[in-house]
Amino acid sequence: MADWVQACAVDDVEEEDVMRFDHGGRTFAIYRSPDDEFFATDGLCTHEKVHLADGLVMDDIIECPKHNGRFNYKSGQAKAAPVCVNLKTYPVRIEAGKVMIDIG
Amino acid sequence: MANKRDYSLVGESTKAAIETGLASAEWYHTDVPRKAMKELMQRSDGPAIRDTIIWIVTILGSAAGIVWFWGTWWVLPFMLVYGVLYGSSSDSRWHECGHGTAFRTRWMNDVVYHIASFMLMRNPVQWRWSHARHHTDTIIVGRDAEIAVMRPPDLLKAGLAFTGILDFRYSLPTLVRQAFGTLSDEEKSYIPEMELHKAVVAARWHVAIYVATIALAIVLRSWIPLVLIGLPRLYGTWHMVTTGLLQHIGLADNVIDHRLNTRTVYMNPISRFIYWNMNYHVEHHMFPMVPYHALPRLHELIKHDLPVANPSMWHAYREVWPVLLRQLKYEDYYLKRELPPTARPYRGEFHEVDMSAAAE
Repeated sequence: MADWVQACAVDDVEEEDVMRFDHGGRTFAIYRSPDDEFFATDGLCTHEKVHLADGLVMDDIIECPKHNGRFNYKSGQAKAAPVCVNLKTYPVRIEAGKVMIDIG
Repeated sequence: MANKRDYSLVGESTKAAIETGLASAEWYHTDVPRKAMKELMQRSDGPAIRDTIIWIVTILGSAAGIVWFWGTWWVLPFMLVYGVLYGSSSDSRWHECGHGTAFRTRWMNDVVYHIASFMLMRNPVQWRWSHARHHTDTIIVGRDAEIAVMRPPDLLKAGLAFTGILDFRYSLPTLVRQAFGTLSDEEKSYIPEMELHKAVVAARWHVAIYVATIALAIVLRSWIPLVLIGLPRLYGTWHMVTTGLLQHIGLADNVIDHRLNTRTVYMNPISRFIYWNMNYHVEHHMFPMVPYHALPRLHELIKHDLPVANPSMWHAYREVWPVLLRQLKYEDYYLKRELPPTARPYRGEFHEVDMSAAAE
């Protein structure tokens, strides 16, 4: 079942960057791609539970700040060791300048 | 009475580290504004391409000198250069490309990573995972697979490390064992199951090239193929050990603040080229996403929060030597480096974990 929540304002995230969003005891990462689209994934790396929001966004890749493991943040696919397990992604929509994600 | 440290990755110290929360812990970080950190983390192909061209051209040039002057004393300076570039600077290339931070382009990192792994006689799969563990659990006894000098220190072993003999004796048989499909329990403790086969395949490639090199030496009735491939791991490894030993030696173990267990040392430009700026080692451990060429800038940004860097390698070794001697008798002794008044203090509650209680 869909459960849309407001994560942040559009302007809170710079282009080609990421920010952390905590909600209901869970943590998420909100991405703004170089072509100005928004995406959302689980906030912790599947390798060692490090916050991805401290990492580096390059094109459609998020690189974990601890071990440099890489995910495609659009699909959640693990792209480079030491990450092996894909990242969960969440639907995103923009409403009146706000970034909404479906955490249901 | 101190507990004897168990450096096995599947032993009592491992259990203790997990039970006390030292394993996979959250580490201290100096506060750096996101905007500044984002700039520092930016990747670029330019510096690494420039350095790699210099590296390869110098390697090929010195190899040509070895072949040309073979049989004369003039071969020695060429062996000095070739040996250090092959046996020492390959370590920093392996390291930085393993992190994926040297180049922006992924395949460039991978190509240099595999070449450097071969030069070092390191299984590229195994060592990628051991290094990930080293960053997760830096100098946590029972967890870190890359503790160079254990306590109490074996000074003979540490001295022999400069000759490469011990590493050679470990690395080559390890590759052969892995090529036959056998991985140890310790290796399996940090390599995921889905990667084990890749480790075996990589070892087979390495061993095949060494067998071909030996065969070529026999056919040519010449030592030159072995002097160029394999043996530099012996005669050229001294610089890697000289710089690398200083990373953590004599400092604290079982702490979760890199300022306590890692050392930054100012070095001359040649050593920094060979070592790809890993002398800024506290900075690297705190922020492994920052490429080697940005580490001096990161150092300037956060040095107010770090112990004062050693001004030279000589200074660092002079500081470490009495610590090692004292550790021979009291293995719990370590060098606690003073923080400047501008730094946030060490957090004792994180670092005074009672390991004995967990080990019982």
